[in-house]
Amino acid sequence: MRRAYDEELEQLHRKFYQMGCKVNEAIYKSIKAFVKHDKELAKGVIDEDKEINQFEHDLEQACIELIALQQPVTTDLRKIVTVMKASADLERMGDHAVSISKSTIRVKGNKRNTMIEGMISDAGEKIKKMGEDVLKAYVEYDSEKAVEIAKYDYLVDSLAHDIKEACIAEMKKDPELVLGATDYMMASTYIERIGDYITNISEWIVYFETGEIQELNTHNSYENL
Amino acid sequence: MATKTSKIKVQDLKLWYGDFQALHGLDLEVPEKKITAFIGPSGCGKSTFIKTLNRMNDLVENCRIEGKVELDGKDIYGSKTDINQLRKKVGMVFQQPNPFPKSIYDNIAYGPRTHGIKKKAELDEIVERSLKQAAIWDEVKDYLDRNALSISGGQQQRICIARALAVEPEVLLMDEPTSALDPISTAKIEELVSQLKQDYTIVMVTHNMQQASRVSDETAFFLNGHIIEHADTRKIFTNPDQEETENYISGRFG
Repeated sequence: MRRAYDEELEQLHRKFYQMGCKVNEAIYKSIKAFVKHDKELAKGVIDEDKEINQFEHDLEQACIELIALQQPVTTDLRKIVTVMKASADLERMGDHAVSISKSTIRVKGNKRNTMIEGMISDAGEKIKKMGEDVLKAYVEYDSEKAVEIAKYDYLVDSLAHDIKEACIAEMKKDPELVLGATDYMMASTYIERIGDYITNISEWIVYFETGEIQELNTHNSYENL
Repeated sequence: MATKTSKIKVQDLKLWYGDFQALHGLDLEVPEKKITAFIGPSGCGKSTFIKTLNRMNDLVENCRIEGKVELDGKDIYGSKTDINQLRKKVGMVFQQPNPFPKSIYDNIAYGPRTHGIKKKAELDEIVERSLKQAAIWDEVKDYLDRNALSISGGQQQRICIARALAVEPEVLLMDEPTSALDPISTAKIEELVSQLKQDYTIVMVTHNMQQASRVSDETAFFLNGHIIEHADTRKIFTNPDQEETENYISGRFG
């Protein structure tokens, strides 16, 4: 019986990884579409979000059944909880990719600013790397790496902060940029949130390995107001 | 669940021990090559019911039965039924391991011999195959002449399963096959049962709900001689339709 149970756990693991790859791809495409003004690519991201949601649904269903039928304890329990919680984070990351894609489609001949778009592209590269790294840490159950990845979140935060400042400065210079820059600010906020979800996933990797639920990166301080 | 064929079909089965009615019109279909678990509190009729599936109840005095039990579409209570053939097709394993006080080899060869197999080579082959199927060959292959009562309880139970498999049954009835065993032996039997369903239809009575949830494909919940609910095991253990099922499974009963 243990063998069948182990296979099901292994399948959870694989499915979570597949979902993660899909989400990373969606994020990458959504940012690429945003800075390249590629509406077709953005539509593709929105269409494919259904698959991501289905992944989450299937994983949740499988976790619930394993809990009910196998009464998991110790490592098995932590594995299932990790997948359940982290898949919800992945799903939210996918939703943010959809939001970025929607603003790509919404834009109609707004004035643009290549400098800020370059900054968004840079933030996108950072988040892409973080997303790939966190999946790797998950697959290897490497909590040390997970802690490292969470530390990088401040880089994404500060990039998002810089984008906001740049938007405000450019808008002051050129009011015609207001419409476009509003979308830039939103996109940077989405990217920043994606970083937070990656941090959450890191926390679940740490939980899996150590059994401790700990916050790796908190924003609940009065710094950087 | 994909399309399934019913191996056993029970219709409106009623059973009395003297004046006492133990089963009240049961209907049930047992899917082929799946594991069906019967759960329910003591005295609910699940063991009585499993015994009707190969007419073990014939041996009980004052036991009267009404209704139909079909195996592959043929009523096993019909006048044409050959009981020996029926029990060859529908084997049984009991709660207490009950090997014969004979050698391991003779335990396994017992059934095939009664069905007329005499050649040593043929019997050797059956013994080896059955012991392998019961996942105990490696543990006993060098001691086949040892008395079957001299090995551990968990091993004895697997000998009994091998003995049941030796006559090549199609259905295996198991009445609480692990309740007398320790967790390690229990895990071995559960593993074995989940392997056996590739070739056999298995019906298992268990008091251990976790066992039902771990190994079975379908679960039937018995109460006071009625089947309250019978469904996919995943459904029974995550969202049963009946309140009694819910209460029993979650330990809120009574």
